Amino acid sequence: MSASQPVALLVEFASAEELLGAVGRVRRAQPDCAIEAYSPFAVEGLDEALGVRHDGVAPWTLLGALVGGVGTYALEWYSAVFNYPINVGGRPTASWPAFIPPALEMTVLGAAVFGVLAMLIGNGLPRLHHPLFDAKAFERASSDRFFMVVRAQGQNFDMQGAREFCESLAPLSINEVSQ
Amino acid sequence: MSAVLGDAASPALLARGQTHATVTAAISAISLHRRFGRYWLAGFAIALALCLLLVFGTGWLLHRGVGIWGINMPVAWAFAICNYVWWIGIGMGGTFISGALYLARKDWRSSINRYAEAMTVFAVAVSGIFPILHLGRPWFFYWLFPYPDVMNVWPQWRSSLEWDFFAIVAYLTVSILYWYVGMIPDLATLRDRAPTLGVARFYGLLALGWRGEARQWRRFETLSLLLAGLAVPLVFSVHSMVALDFSEALVPGWHSTVFPPFFVAGALFSGFAMVLVLGIPMRRMLGLRDYITDVHLANLAKVLLAAGLVVAYGYCTEIFSAFYSMDRFELAVTLRRMTGAYAWTFWGTILCNVLSIQLLWSARVRRNHAALFVIALLVLIGMWLERFMLIVTSLYQDFVPSSWGMYYPTFWDIAFLAGSLGLFLLMFLLFVRLLPVVSIFELRKLVHKGEVKST
Repeated sequence: MSASQPVALLVEFASAEELLGAVGRVRRAQPDCAIEAYSPFAVEGLDEALGVRHDGVAPWTLLGALVGGVGTYALEWYSAVFNYPINVGGRPTASWPAFIPPALEMTVLGAAVFGVLAMLIGNGLPRLHHPLFDAKAFERASSDRFFMVVRAQGQNFDMQGAREFCESLAPLSINEVSQ
Repeated sequence: MSAVLGDAASPALLARGQTHATVTAAISAISLHRRFGRYWLAGFAIALALCLLLVFGTGWLLHRGVGIWGINMPVAWAFAICNYVWWIGIGMGGTFISGALYLARKDWRSSINRYAEAMTVFAVAVSGIFPILHLGRPWFFYWLFPYPDVMNVWPQWRSSLEWDFFAIVAYLTVSILYWYVGMIPDLATLRDRAPTLGVARFYGLLALGWRGEARQWRRFETLSLLLAGLAVPLVFSVHSMVALDFSEALVPGWHSTVFPPFFVAGALFSGFAMVLVLGIPMRRMLGLRDYITDVHLANLAKVLLAAGLVVAYGYCTEIFSAFYSMDRFELAVTLRRMTGAYAWTFWGTILCNVLSIQLLWSARVRRNHAALFVIALLVLIGMWLERFMLIVTSLYQDFVPSSWGMYYPTFWDIAFLAGSLGLFLLMFLLFVRLLPVVSIFELRKLVHKGEVKST
């Protein structure tokens, strides 16, 4: 980590409630920063405290369902009606009730695949490394500690002021990490 | 409803004094530090030997054809189809626990869903082998897939066997995705606690760089909810498709609208039995008593009993509708099942699936783990016998007496059944050794919930 790089603050808390409270207070008091909150399990209300409104997973899942279902049905219809029609005792070639089961299965498969991809891509995964992994304290972010990262955003950010404010929240530790 | 954290008075989902740190340490230590002893190694050796048998059997089958099995006209479906239906049915237990109980917000699923999902993935993977090997020319199995081939033909969309192919592909893929995605936060935990760089890299690659940021958790939770909502109709449709393989055919004893719901109930029944059969030894050998408690086992037993009663209702409906229809062939098949050459499979089914589970009405039996294990094992045997009974007794006496014939299993029939058990056991033993067997982040959430409630 070189000194010229912009720096962020890694603030460690012992409980989910402290993290939740801290995120709300920093967000109100320090407008020129971006906040991230790390927890070992999904803390209820943390996303709202950070101002996250949409996550985009549901619309992509719906799109996947439509691609899988409509696509499969269209393929069945095209193959049975146009590409390879077989006349079986004068029965209709477009036998839609029989086309539904494969289309239903592919609806679910398409939805699941698109949903998983939307989750991974939206979350910036897969990713081999992240600067936060350099911080020794951060190892416990996946176990029993709760972290807040405060990053500079815009010109007016006062790192020293932010650090003092974070210290007033009585954290377990404060570390500086590279972006 | 029982409390989350234990106290002296009420039974609990977690033992007393559990914190975020203790659940993390206890579960991750199984993958990272535990020395697996003789039992694991012995199980692994047996599983490997049975797998070899399956490999040899498959080679022999590819060389000689499906004639190495005891199947012939009129019984052209037997062990392979029984094994397929049995294994895919077992898969339902995991999907139901992780999907339906998630939607119902049942806390007791948290410590059993991971290994139940693993069980689903392995059972469905094993089940998929059988229909492919049964094809006659298994190396052309990809003809089931609609691709623009040079022969200019398409799959037969109106065939339930084609629907079944789509059902298996969708079910296996969605099960793997569900299982793996749900494991990512725990893999990150293992990465962060790994004792050596090599181990950290192994779990780090699997964890895909998960950090547990609030936005990541938000997408993760949305996806979990959506996948749960998708998995429930998927698993119902899959077992309905399996049932349609039979009920679409104009064969007495198969051609019935009761089959799809009946198969769904049977799948749930055998799935929960397998969850018990795997869970009881696993919690003992891995020391998971604090996480998989008496409450979990008793709840599983209650679901087993409920599903078993629905299955028993299915048997009654089948017999009733045969007599109500007055169809002489339906009647003949029904009576033959009870009195014919294979009557022992019918009565064995009744004994295992209907009578043995009545013991679960007693709370004392539900608390007795040895009894639960034996009953669950009986249910698994009973469900296999049921599939054998349904398949073979409908076929062995065809419409005209000149085409009647018995079915006897050959060595290879039994080898494939044993081999499939070996393959399943092999995958499960590797899972237990390498991956987090209990969802750690869900336990942390449970601990948090307990803390919030008690303050």
